[in-house]
Amino acid sequence: MEHIRLPKVENVRLLDRVSPRKSRVGTLYLTATHSIFVESEAGGRSETWVLHSLVSSVDKQAANASGCPLLIRCKNFQILHFSIPREQDCHDVYLSMQRLSQPECYEELYCFSYKPSIDEEERRREWAFVDLKSDYRRMGLPNSLWKLSPVNQHYKVSDTYPAELFVPESATPPVLVGSSKFRSRGRFPALSYYSKENHAAICRSSQPLSGFSARCLEDEQMLEAILKSNPRSDFMYVVDTRPKLNAIANRAAGKGYENEDNYSNIKFQFMGIENIHVMRNSQQKMLEVCELRSPSMSDFLEGLESSGWLKHIKAVLDTGVFIAKAVAEGVSVLVHCSDGWDRTAQVCSVACVLLDPYYRTLKGLMVLIEKDWVSFGHKFTQRCNHLVRDSKEVSPIIDQFLECVWQLMEQFPCAFEYNERLLITVHNHIYSCQFGNFIGNNQRERKELRVHERTHSLWSYLWTNRAELINPLYRQNHSQSQGLLRPSTAPYCFKFWRGLYNHFDCGMHPRQSVEDYLRVIREETQQLEEQLDSHKQKIAQLEQEQGWSVACAEAIFDKSPTVWVFGKDLALANTPQDYTGGFLTSSPCTPKAPGSPLILPPQDSNQTVDSNLSNSSDQESGIADLSCRSPLSEDSTRDPDSDEAAYSAA
Amino acid sequence: ILIKEYQIMEFAELIKTPRVDGVVLHRPFMPTVEGTLCLTGHHLILSSRQDNTEELWLLHSNIDSTEKRFVGSVGSIIVKCKDLRVIQLDIPGMEECLNIASSIEALSTLDSVSLMYPFFYRPMFEVIEDGWNSYLPQDAFKELESMTDEWRLSKVNKDFTVCPSYPPLVAVPKNIDDDTLKKVAAFRHGGRFPVLSYYHKKNGMVMMRAGQPLTGTNGRRCKEDEKLINATLRPGKRGYIIDTRTINVAQQAKARGGGFESEGNYPQWRRIHKAIDRYNVLQESLIKLVEACNDQSHSMDRWLSKLEASNWQTHIKEILTTACLAAQCIDREGASVLVHGTEGTDSTLQVSSLAQIILDPGCRTIKGFQGLVEREWLQAGHPFQQRCAQSAYSNSKPRQEAPAFLLFLDCVWQVLRQFPCSFEFNESFLVLLFEHAYASQFGTFLGSCAADRARLSLPEKTVSLWSWVNRPQELERLTNPLYEANSLVIWPSVAPQSLLLWEGLFLRWNRSSKCLDEAYEEMVHIIEYNKELQNKVNSLRRQLAQLETEDPLLDTP
Repeated sequence: MEHIRLPKVENVRLLDRVSPRKSRVGTLYLTATHSIFVESEAGGRSETWVLHSLVSSVDKQAANASGCPLLIRCKNFQILHFSIPREQDCHDVYLSMQRLSQPECYEELYCFSYKPSIDEEERRREWAFVDLKSDYRRMGLPNSLWKLSPVNQHYKVSDTYPAELFVPESATPPVLVGSSKFRSRGRFPALSYYSKENHAAICRSSQPLSGFSARCLEDEQMLEAILKSNPRSDFMYVVDTRPKLNAIANRAAGKGYENEDNYSNIKFQFMGIENIHVMRNSQQKMLEVCELRSPSMSDFLEGLESSGWLKHIKAVLDTGVFIAKAVAEGVSVLVHCSDGWDRTAQVCSVACVLLDPYYRTLKGLMVLIEKDWVSFGHKFTQRCNHLVRDSKEVSPIIDQFLECVWQLMEQFPCAFEYNERLLITVHNHIYSCQFGNFIGNNQRERKELRVHERTHSLWSYLWTNRAELINPLYRQNHSQSQGLLRPSTAPYCFKFWRGLYNHFDCGMHPRQSVEDYLRVIREETQQLEEQLDSHKQKIAQLEQEQGWSVACAEAIFDKSPTVWVFGKDLALANTPQDYTGGFLTSSPCTPKAPGSPLILPPQDSNQTVDSNLSNSSDQESGIADLSCRSPLSEDSTRDPDSDEAAYSAA
Repeated sequence: ILIKEYQIMEFAELIKTPRVDGVVLHRPFMPTVEGTLCLTGHHLILSSRQDNTEELWLLHSNIDSTEKRFVGSVGSIIVKCKDLRVIQLDIPGMEECLNIASSIEALSTLDSVSLMYPFFYRPMFEVIEDGWNSYLPQDAFKELESMTDEWRLSKVNKDFTVCPSYPPLVAVPKNIDDDTLKKVAAFRHGGRFPVLSYYHKKNGMVMMRAGQPLTGTNGRRCKEDEKLINATLRPGKRGYIIDTRTINVAQQAKARGGGFESEGNYPQWRRIHKAIDRYNVLQESLIKLVEACNDQSHSMDRWLSKLEASNWQTHIKEILTTACLAAQCIDREGASVLVHGTEGTDSTLQVSSLAQIILDPGCRTIKGFQGLVEREWLQAGHPFQQRCAQSAYSNSKPRQEAPAFLLFLDCVWQVLRQFPCSFEFNESFLVLLFEHAYASQFGTFLGSCAADRARLSLPEKTVSLWSWVNRPQELERLTNPLYEANSLVIWPSVAPQSLLLWEGLFLRWNRSSKCLDEAYEEMVHIIEYNKELQNKVNSLRRQLAQLETEDPLLDTP
C-alpha cells in the first residue's frame, strides 16, 4: 500500500481509442492489486478493472486543454487512455502505477495475495489436477527403452531442469552427468515426447559446448543411447532451431552445435528461428500497427509485413512440422537452440500438438504447457516481465506458441477440443500472475517459493469453467481429431490474430459468433435429449397406468436464440463505426433516440425465453446481452460489488 | 445437344481435331485422369470412359487464356479459367496439340453473343418458376407503393431512347413528369437521370443513383435536375450526394464535359467525395492478387508485400466504407442520398447495392439477394458483357474489363463473415454468382443492359440462372444453416484487421478445403440434429398432452 500516492482521482476521462470523441467520465481508484475506473454516468455503473501485474507500460503525455493524458498499455494488449484533470494528480497516479506494475520481488506478485474462497484441501487438489507422471504413463513410459532418471533429483546436474526426467535405458548416470557438463546450463538431452506406436522420440537439450573442435565422449554416447532407444531406426535428426549464422557465432564463445563427424548416425539440421530479441522487436512493431488509429489497408499490411511477425510464426510452425513428420516416420529427433528453453520449448510443443491428438484436448494442452514450458524451465519471470529485471530478457516466446496453435485451429476447425477463447484466457493468465503456474523460472525456484502451497492453479480454474472454452465442432471420433495433423505452411495460410492482438477493440470482431451460436444449440440439444427421455418415460407410464400426470413446464423449442457478440459497450456492438473521418455529426456517438420502432426478433407468446436473453436486451440494436454467460471473459468489466475473491468464484 | 452444336458451321470450321485419345488431365486437388478429349462448339470434354471417374466439362467461355508447352512429342496445354482454376492437358502428338490449342483459343474468344452457349442450352431440369419473371420492376414497385405514394413508375424510357442503359420502367418522384426527366437525362452522363434505388421504410429516406452531371468547365446547370433531386427532400432537410470519385478526379472530369453538383446550385445538398477506383485499375488489381495467390514459392514477406501491392483489400475497404457511409446518412442522419461516380454503372452500383445489404434485411435472403442483383446490377445497366469478358489470367491489355461485380460479392462476403447468422445464403452462393457472371449456361448475365437483353430476346431464348437456383435441391446447397432473420441494420467493421482475404474464392484452387468443408458439415449436422430432436420432442409433447386429456382421472375433481 505504501506505493499508492493517491488512492482516488475524480473526474477522470477514459477515452475511446478508436473514436476519441467518445469518452466516459468517472473516478479512478488505485488499490494494492488493481486500478479501477468507475464510470459515474447514470445507470451504467460500468467498471474497468486493470490488474497491476498486467500493466506493461505507463506513459504520461504532455497536458492539453482537456487534461493530462495517461496511457496504460497492458500485457494482454489492452490499452487504456485516461485523461486526468490535474497535472499533479496525473503525476501521482503515474508514479504509483509505475511502481505497482513493476514488482521487485516475488512476494509482491498477485498470486500470493489472491485468495478466492476455496478451502485448503480443494486448493491442494487443484495442483494435483495436471500430473506430468501420468502423461508419461500415457505415453507408455517407463518401458524397456526409456527410464525415469533420479540424476537431477536435487537439481544438482541442471538447476533449470525438472527433478524427474526420462532418459534412454542405456544412459548411465556417468553418461548423463558427462553429457550435462558438455551442454549449456547442464541441460543434457532428455525426453520430451515418446511415440508408443513407433518408438520414435523427441528429446531436447541446450547447445553443446563444442566451440571450434571440442568433443565429449559422454555426450556422443548420450546421443547414441537415444538412437538405440529407437530400435527400428538407424539414424536420428539433430535439429538446431537457430539460424546457422547464430550457431556459428556461438562457437567463438565455446558453444555451438554438433559436428556430424563426431556423432554416429545423426543428420544435423539448422532451422532458422530468430532469437528472443528479434521476436521482442517484431511483436513490438506489430503492436504498433495494431495501435494505429484508423490505418489504411496499406498501412496495416505494410506494417504487418515489416514487423516480420508472421514470418517468425511460420518459422516456428515449419520447424514443428519438420519434427512431427520425422517422428511420424519413426525417426527420433534431438532439438536444441542455445539454452533450450525458448525456441526448443516452442517447437517441441508445436510438434506434440501436431503429433498427438491428446494435446488437442483441453486437458492435453494444459499438460503440454506444464511439460514443455513450465517443467523444462521456460523463464517466465524474465520473458513475461513478471518482476523488474533486464528488459532485454523480455520476449513473447510463449505468445508465439499459442499463436501457432491458433493458426492450426484456423486450418483444422474440428481438430481441437478447446477454442480460441481458451488460448486468449491462458495468454492473459500467463501474464496476470494471478495463479501460481507461471511464477518463477523453473521447478527449483517454484519449490523454493512454495508456489504449490501458497497459490492457486490456473488449470483447475479453467477446467471448472470449461463450458465456455470448448469448441462445439470438436468430436472425439472426427477424422481431424485423429492422428497427425498435416498443415499447409504456405504463407497465405497464416493470418493476423485479431482475436488476441486487437482483443479489446470490440468493434473489430465479427458481431455474431458462429461458435457461441453452436454452443447454445448444443446445450439445447442436450436438454432436448433429456426431455425426449423423460417424455418417453412419462408416456410409457401414462399408457401403463393412466395415472396422475406430472405437469411439465419447459421451453418449447421452436427457435434458437441468435447469438450476438458484444463488447463491453453494448451500443458499440451494432452501431456504425467512424466511416466518415468525422464528417457526419451522428457518427459513432450514442444512438439516436428510439424514434423509430426497432423490431426485436419475433417471439412466440407462449415461448419461454431464456431469461438471460430477454432481460437485458438492448432495445436499440436488439442485441441480447449475454455477458452474464461468460464468467471467464477476459474483459475487465466486473460486477461492482465483487471483491477479489469473487473473480474466480464464478 | 453435341450433334446439334457440331452442325453449326461456325463451330465446325474452328474444330480441326474434334477428338484425341490418351489425353492426361491434371487438376488441382484431384487425381490425374487419362481419357479422350472431345471438343464441341461450347465445351471441352474429357472422359475416361470409366465408371466412377469424374468427367471434365469445361465451357469454352470459361477459358480466360491458354499456354502451350512441348516436351518431346507430348504437348501440354495449360488452361486458365475465368473461375481462377488452372488445369493442364497433356496431349500426345504435336499436331493434335496445336489443333486443339488453336480451336480452344478461337472458341473461347467468340465475339458474337448469339453464338454463346445459353442460346443452345436446354435445361435438363424442370423449371418450377421462370426466373425471367421473378424480379420484374413493376412487382418491386408494387411493394414500394405499399409503403409510400411519393413515387411513380415512369415509362419515359420504354424504347431505351432516353437512357440506353436503363430499363424501360424506372421509379422517380411522383411530381416529376416525363418531359422533365428527358431534360435531366440530357444533363446526366449516359442519360442516367437520378432514379430511385432504395426506399428506407423505417424513416422514409431514399437512396437515388445517377450518372455524373454534365456541368463541364463552364458550370452548366440544369434546373430540372435540381428540381428532381430536391423533390426527394423533406421540407427543411438536407441530403447528401456521395460522389464515388475523389474531388480531383471529379474536377478533371469537367474537362471532358462531366463534373459534379456545385454547392451554389444545390444548396440543400452536401457533397462527399470518396475514392473508389475506376475499372482498369480494378482489373489490374485482380490480376496482381491472383498472381500473388498462385505463386506457391513466396516467402512470407513477399506474399504480404504482393498482397498489399495488389491493392485489392484497399478497394474492398474503400467500397465498403462508402456503402456504410451512404447507409449511415440514410439510417442515422435521416437524410436522403444521391450516389454517382462517372458513368453510374460501376462504383455507383457497388455502393447502392451494398448499402441495401446493410440497411435492408430483405436483401440478405436468397431471393432478396437475387432481386438486389437483378435491380441494382442487371436492370441498372452494369455492362457485364464488357466487364466480365476477361478475368484474372487475361493476356490482352484490359479495355473495358473490371471485377466490379466480384468486388461487390467480396464485400458481401466480408459482411457475411462479420454477421454469420444474418444471411440466408452462404458463401457458395456468392461463389456461384461469380462463376456465372463470367461464364454460364444461363442467359442472366449476357448483354450489358435491359436493351441488350430485349434485343437478344434472352427471356425467350435462354434459361434464367434464377430458374435453376430456385429449386429445392440447389437452394438447400446455398442456404446458410445458421440463418435467423434479423430485422436490424447491420454495421460492419471496416478496420483493416476486420477485412480478410476471401480465401474461398482466391485460394479455392490453391489449398485443400477438405478440413473447412468438414467443419461446415459438422456445423450442419449439429443444427440438423437439434431440429430433429425438436420435432421429436414436440410430437411427444403433443402425444403426452393428448394422453393427459384422455386421462379419465383428470376430470374427476
